[in-house]
Amino acid sequence: MNSILSVVPIEYYLGLSVILFTIGVMGVLFRRNAIIVFMCIELMLNAVNLLLTAFSTLHGEAGGQVMVFFIMAVAAAEVAVGLAILVMIYNHLRTVDIKEMNKLKW
Amino acid sequence: MDNFVPERIVYFNWIAAGNLTIDFAFLIDQLSAIMLLVVTGVGFLIHIYSIGYMHHETDHPRFFSYLNLFIFFMLLLVMGSNYIVMFAGWEGVGLCSYLLIGFWFKNTEYNNAAKKAFIMNRIGDLGFLLGVFLIFMTFGSVSFKEVFEGAKQFSSNDPTITAICILLFIGAIGKSAQLPLYTWLPDAMAGPTPVSALIHAATMVTAGIYMVVRSNVLFALSPYASEIIAIVGLATAFFAATIGLKQNDIKKVLAYSTVSQLGYMFVALGVGAYDTALFHVITHAFFKALLFLGAGSVIHAMSGEQDIRRMGALKGKLPITHFTFLIGTLAIAGIPPLAGFFSKDEILAVAHGHSLPIFTLLSITSVLTAVYMFRLYWLVFYGNFRGTEHQRTHLHESPYSMTIPLMVLAVLSTFGGFIGMPEIFHAPHLLKEFLQPIIWKSATHHPSHSFEYTMIAVSIVALMIIIYATYHTYVKRGQLPEEDKDLPAGIPTLLTNKYYVDEIYNTLITRPLDYMSGFFSTYIEKGFIDKIVNGTGPALQGLSGVLRFAQTGNIGGYVFSMVVGIIAILLLTLIVY
Repeated sequence: MNSILSVVPIEYYLGLSVILFTIGVMGVLFRRNAIIVFMCIELMLNAVNLLLTAFSTLHGEAGGQVMVFFIMAVAAAEVAVGLAILVMIYNHLRTVDIKEMNKLKW
Repeated sequence: MDNFVPERIVYFNWIAAGNLTIDFAFLIDQLSAIMLLVVTGVGFLIHIYSIGYMHHETDHPRFFSYLNLFIFFMLLLVMGSNYIVMFAGWEGVGLCSYLLIGFWFKNTEYNNAAKKAFIMNRIGDLGFLLGVFLIFMTFGSVSFKEVFEGAKQFSSNDPTITAICILLFIGAIGKSAQLPLYTWLPDAMAGPTPVSALIHAATMVTAGIYMVVRSNVLFALSPYASEIIAIVGLATAFFAATIGLKQNDIKKVLAYSTVSQLGYMFVALGVGAYDTALFHVITHAFFKALLFLGAGSVIHAMSGEQDIRRMGALKGKLPITHFTFLIGTLAIAGIPPLAGFFSKDEILAVAHGHSLPIFTLLSITSVLTAVYMFRLYWLVFYGNFRGTEHQRTHLHESPYSMTIPLMVLAVLSTFGGFIGMPEIFHAPHLLKEFLQPIIWKSATHHPSHSFEYTMIAVSIVALMIIIYATYHTYVKRGQLPEEDKDLPAGIPTLLTNKYYVDEIYNTLITRPLDYMSGFFSTYIEKGFIDKIVNGTGPALQGLSGVLRFAQTGNIGGYVFSMVVGIIAILLLTLIVY
């Protein structure tokens, strides 16, 4: 085992991923600023990315890392669309508070 | 004729499933050859006749395509080399019968008659189909050759064979209009007259007899079933003949006469004289087609009038129709040497050899036959003209396209009986010899010569008396059948109303079924099933009315429930695995 995993064991990566992901979930759940919610979503995605690369290295398989690139590309596209929507919402409502975005209901 | 070799032609494998293989195959043997000649011969004449009879109709193509479809299915029926091909033809002729009875489909009554014929046939067909299933279960094949060879291993009165025979006979009851399913045939007279002649007198209704003759190996093995056939045939012959005495519609008289004659044929089958039954099928095809076509010619001349109380004195105006109708009447009454005499006497002779009561009742029936036929004859062609002035001026002999078939059939009715001469004339019984190979065990009854002579003498004397008596009643005294409203109570009313059989069937079967379907329609269909179906929409609407409040529009709420859901799923997976 001559990889980086001999220096930093896999459990550490796991722990960091869980922490990052939980921070992301909490942010999405409790923050009201839509941009921060967005950032938290990115945090969750990156927690998963980290886990993917770690396990990819552990099993010596490139598939996981390919997946990471794929997720990055999709996340970039998603951010572009999401931010555009946010700009439009801001133009309409003059705020990015998600508590104000509750018009679509019964 | 001696070098006639039966031919079996397999066209293709029609049905193959498991150990069931059914070939689409034709069998041309002595029996199918005779039926082919009858069907195509009489069919040809009736087609020609139809050209004249239907010339004022606008719907020729439909009529002739139905008629030819009928011939196709009838040929399929008689040529099939197994029960399934036969059944295909059997159903097909039933369909064509339905289509042609309801040919004038704008008349509700005619449509009802067509439906009645179809449904009553269907009851019989169910029996036939079950019989075929049982045949397949017993012999592992439906091909005639294999079934009959297999059957010869069975002992007499084997219960399976008896069951098969009775089921097949139920099919024959429907198709050949025997008690208790005969009521469709008189109603079937709603169709055009050539149809009545072809389908409901000469060919289709004899399919039941053909089927029994074809299966004679099975029936010969089951004296029980044969006895049932004889009794049903006898009852039908007598019953229908008595109704025929009091009918006033020219076609209805002939229809009941047909039912009665079919009963005769079944008596012959029941006593085991299969060739005799077929003999009567042939001669009956000739003279009954002749009578129906003659009746059609009369109806044509009378501008559609069918009530014999409105006819009379047509002898002078319709000479050819009159003469040929007379020949048909004499033939069915059984005057020697016309066709009906030989076949009917042969049936009486074999019935005599079987049992005396059957012979007696059959003889009485044959007297009744002569009575109602001559009643019809005198009322139509003699006496005073009783129609309207318009009908009188319109009277005309039919065109040659109609009279030539009449003449050909008259010749056949006159000489057709010579193919089956009784022994005393020292002529060979051509038909019996020809059919020898396909009849397994025929009832061999040779009545004594003195009995034969007595029978001929008695029948001639009896017929002379009947002819004179009916002449005296209907021509000399000019007595007419009563109008429906002043019928004397008792037997005449009973007979005119056909023993109220239709009414009884209506009360016992049709009405309860109507009530039942009414109940299902109102309470089960509309009250239950429809409510379930229609209730689905409002139920979902009500439910969504409650659930829509879950959609708050609050994004945080959505995300929260999503996360809770994911956690719940994860926990569940942890617990399960």
